[in-house]
Amino acid sequence: MKIKPLQIVAHIILIIGVLLMVLPIWISFASSTHENVSILTEGMRFTLGDQFSRNYNEVLNEKGGWSEEVTAAKMFINSFIMALGIATLKVAISAMSAYALVYYRFKLAVPIFWLIFITLLVPLEVRIFPSYKIVSDLGLTNSYTGLILPLVASATATFFFRQFYKTIPDELLESAKLDGANAWSFFIDFLVPLSKTMIAAMFIFMFVYGYSQYLWPLIMTTAEEYWTVVMGMKIIYTESYEGVALPRTAERFAYIILSMIPPVLVVVFLQKWFIKGLIQTEK
Amino acid sequence: MSFLDLKNVTKIYPNGTKAVHETSLSINEGEFMVFVGPSGCGKSTLLRMVAGLEDITEGDINLDGQLINEVDPSERDVAMVFQNYALYPHMNVYNNLAYGLKNRGIDKETIEQKVNDAAKLLQISDFLQRKPSMLSGGQRQRVAMGRAIVRNPKIFLFDEPLSNLDAKLRIQMRLEIKKLQQKVGVTSIFVTHDQVEAMTLADRLAVINDGIIEQLGTPIEIYNNPKSLFVAGFIGSPQMNFLDANLNNKTLSAENFEIKNIESDYNGEVTLGIRPEHLIETENGLINLKVELVEQLGSDNLVYGQIKNIKDFCYRSPGNQTIKKGDNLSLNIEENKYYIFDKSTGKRVN
Repeated sequence: MKIKPLQIVAHIILIIGVLLMVLPIWISFASSTHENVSILTEGMRFTLGDQFSRNYNEVLNEKGGWSEEVTAAKMFINSFIMALGIATLKVAISAMSAYALVYYRFKLAVPIFWLIFITLLVPLEVRIFPSYKIVSDLGLTNSYTGLILPLVASATATFFFRQFYKTIPDELLESAKLDGANAWSFFIDFLVPLSKTMIAAMFIFMFVYGYSQYLWPLIMTTAEEYWTVVMGMKIIYTESYEGVALPRTAERFAYIILSMIPPVLVVVFLQKWFIKGLIQTEK
Repeated sequence: MSFLDLKNVTKIYPNGTKAVHETSLSINEGEFMVFVGPSGCGKSTLLRMVAGLEDITEGDINLDGQLINEVDPSERDVAMVFQNYALYPHMNVYNNLAYGLKNRGIDKETIEQKVNDAAKLLQISDFLQRKPSMLSGGQRQRVAMGRAIVRNPKIFLFDEPLSNLDAKLRIQMRLEIKKLQQKVGVTSIFVTHDQVEAMTLADRLAVINDGIIEQLGTPIEIYNNPKSLFVAGFIGSPQMNFLDANLNNKTLSAENFEIKNIESDYNGEVTLGIRPEHLIETENGLINLKVELVEQLGSDNLVYGQIKNIKDFCYRSPGNQTIKKGDNLSLNIEENKYYIFDKSTGKRVN
């Protein structure tokens, strides 16, 4: 097959794109396998060093924080629980609220939908004091519930689910009704399987959203056992700036690389569903 | 009381549109009833009220001796075949058929037995593991019917199920539906706008116009004896010819011919209806037709022409005759095969 000039150009552009995506990660990874001294003296690294197991071992098991108790591994677990809780509840709640908005034809469905939609203009950062007040009054500070609950409502996901449900023909509901389906079984037997690719996509977005929360956990948690990854990035090696010790750049890189693993795993796992949804036309 | 009883059933939509006017109708057990009418006449609304998919504004519907006005569609024990089939896209054919049974809490072995029996009857056993998207139009149609049959409901409801098929398949499926209904013996209501479908399928036919049943009867009764101008025009293909005329003292005078000794005491302006197949060529006939167009169907010819100022008058001639554009034909009406309607009300007067 002859290669056309246009194809070469296209490939060059694609390769540049890939490099832009991959290089920072590679530099982080490569740098994380060197000694702190060599990074400090020679800058970031493109080649692998010999300190992989030492650095990563250090990061995972070193006890940090003020009380010298919390480890990076604990923070990964915290973040994972928080992100999983947020993503699962966000998807479940928005799917159900969209179901109510589309299929229960009450008069206020449209105004209520827009009301939900408007909350996009009021992100957590804006309402952080009232949110904190409520959570603290409920005694939920320093708990997983407190980390997750204020973040579980999602206007975006409700919007996407609503738009999707609106494309499902009415006859399907009518036919299901005649087949003896009730409101709940229609949701579980029809809407959930029909929107599974949508659910997978939303879950990925919401997981990453939950995983990368910084401000809320920072305000919410005083106990170190509830610290999350993104907080840890800032906090866990702070003392190294103050002392005479070298900046622990290599460990920081190792920490960054490790912190990417949970979201990557979620994407990799759900991608199967994603692609399945793309190649099967089920509607 | 008959099997399905509609008493003064009325449907008024929230915006005030009256889709169905006080309609009463009785359907016997095992009967194949067809609702036929132009689109928007309320026939589907009536069917959907029986199914429970539309609320009944006024009136009562009784099914098998039970008032079902307030009964949920899932508990009415009716099955419906939709125009676009409404198959469950994410389930394979087997589960499409089994879903309604599962919801009724029937055990697995019985479901399997019933699904396999229905599949055999409809010749879809080979596709049970396929998804609806992998089936052809005709196969989907069968699955939709299978889903209705498998539950063994009190009544089948068909909402224009053949209109998405191509002409050949439509005729084939029409035949199969009729055979199937005779075999299974379930009371059925079939909604269509196609009068050929209506004539061929129906035990009894309800011609509906503007939310009112214009006439109810066997297809042949309605064909032979239409009670209104609308029914006369709607049933029969090609359509009945209509001419303006005057009726006075039992004499009908049209534009250029007269018929005497008509059995009617009506006097005034009327519309005369003559079916294309009720005309015969003869010498010195009543009607002189100037041929403008001939459609040759093989078995017969459809001849369209002009009588004085009336255009597109149709005459059905035997296929072995050669008639050309520009010919002048002299036609007579077969004895008593004409229909006279009051011009203002559309009611039959002879």
